[in-house]
Amino acid sequence: MIRLAATARATLAAFLLAAFAFVLIGPLANLALWSVAERWYTPHKLPVTYGTRYWEQVFRPTGDAMASLGTSVWIAVLTVVVALALSIPAGYALARLKLPARALFMILFLLPQAFPSVAIYINVARIFYQLGINGTVLAVVLVHAAHGLVYSVWIAAAAFGAVDRDLELAARNIGASPLKTFFSVTLPLAAPGIIASGIFVFLESLDEFTGTFFVGVPQVTTLPLLLYNAAMGGNYQVASITALILLVPSVLFMLFIERFLRADVLAKVGA
Amino acid sequence: MTPAFLEKPRRMSLSQRQLALLLIAPGLALVAGLFIYPLSFSLISAFTGPEGGFSLQSFGKAWELYSGDVLFTVVIVFSSCVFTGLAAIVIAGTLTLGENRYIVGTLKALYRWPLFIPFIVAAQCMRTFLAKNGLMNNTFVSLGLMEPLQAVSFLDWRGIIATFVWKQTPFVALLLAGALAAIDRATLEAGRNLGASRIRVLIELALPQVMPTLLVALVLSFVTMLSVLSVPMMVAGSQPTMLTVDMAFRINAYGDYSTANALGVITYLISAGAAIIYLKRGMTREGAP
Repeated sequence: MIRLAATARATLAAFLLAAFAFVLIGPLANLALWSVAERWYTPHKLPVTYGTRYWEQVFRPTGDAMASLGTSVWIAVLTVVVALALSIPAGYALARLKLPARALFMILFLLPQAFPSVAIYINVARIFYQLGINGTVLAVVLVHAAHGLVYSVWIAAAAFGAVDRDLELAARNIGASPLKTFFSVTLPLAAPGIIASGIFVFLESLDEFTGTFFVGVPQVTTLPLLLYNAAMGGNYQVASITALILLVPSVLFMLFIERFLRADVLAKVGA
Repeated sequence: MTPAFLEKPRRMSLSQRQLALLLIAPGLALVAGLFIYPLSFSLISAFTGPEGGFSLQSFGKAWELYSGDVLFTVVIVFSSCVFTGLAAIVIAGTLTLGENRYIVGTLKALYRWPLFIPFIVAAQCMRTFLAKNGLMNNTFVSLGLMEPLQAVSFLDWRGIIATFVWKQTPFVALLLAGALAAIDRATLEAGRNLGASRIRVLIELALPQVMPTLLVALVLSFVTMLSVLSVPMMVAGSQPTMLTVDMAFRINAYGDYSTANALGVITYLISAGAAIIYLKRGMTREGAP
């Protein structure tokens, strides 16, 4: 009797798990199906003809998608450069130097993430328009860098905070200058955390839609904008393939984040 | 004798503070230029009348045109948070208290997948999955759970909620599972030994201890959902819609900054409302004996 109840419970749990897997994987499976469906219409439950015609169209060197991919990666690389150039000094100051009102500065970097962003971006677009830089790569990079700064600054501060002070003191003790100590001891030891923050900023930039929608149009077409245009234009195949291209780095990052960010650094983020 | 490196900081203590400010200044300049300045711009624009001077006129117009959408937005974001919270509690609870290691293992491997998937990709997935002849309805028909004629499209408010819950649940569940793993196992074991069911242990012993984490995660999700433009544009039709879409429309179709900024201030107030509910709860908890 007890055995029977246990079996019933296990069956119910397995059923619920299957339903959960369906809800989780179903939308992704539908996306994957659309990317290889050459013809798919009602009442057919699955694509009528499969093929890689749209993949060839997307990956044709002269195609829109390759150009958008290039733009997206170029913007993301520049965003990482800008964000790290700003956050390595800021993170060091927050972690190591005597800074008045430190908590206030930490919150200032968080603020752009804590406000609903559309209302901010429409005004950024207006300011950029007056400056004549709307629709340029520079405008998009600046918006992406401001958006990613909270992650890069907070993670850099945590990474510098986790570096053992005794090692820096030892370097100073044998005659290294403060600058030499920073570049040969502190920075290399904090590097894994800073690289992780760089990867995170890269991904955020690659995936960003709202800011680019307001400050990048019509000249700058990143992958998310191409996806949006294809989806609204009814081209489900190109939209799905673009979505899959954006999906791969996100899922890889989810699977490997724990290797990049050590627990002792993670515990210090935001502190 | 004092080593040289210990003497130096004392001599430099004033300049160290200046150095710190110098190092942090470029980052702050970017935040000031691309956040504080446009934020003040939006506030001034919202409260300025057509002839200049202080006026609430643009709020009157915004309310007249979009009061339905304000309500729609609040209801959608609030119910998405409720469902996200419930789903996260079930997942994190199973991960912490589950006894069947196959089920816990499978769940652990599965639930985090949407964590870093961008909203626009989630929107495209749901646009196909929830459509009238999407994979969801097709699967139900194939399993015999539904007649083909009963199939309806979910691409309206239900689709937006489904997309938000699908995308945000992993984030909330991840934080909640972390908090649940950190609480004292002894109390939970004691509850189990006294004969309480696992559901009761979860609700009465475990959850009250991790409530602050759950609320932080939900407030963050609330603001995130309030800022998303792609999901309401791609998943649902044009009317009714969320305030982000209305703002984009006011700008792109009419160049009407004052009404758009008034709607923007309304979204700040809605997100401030969520933050206040969270802070108030935090204070009552601290005030309690």
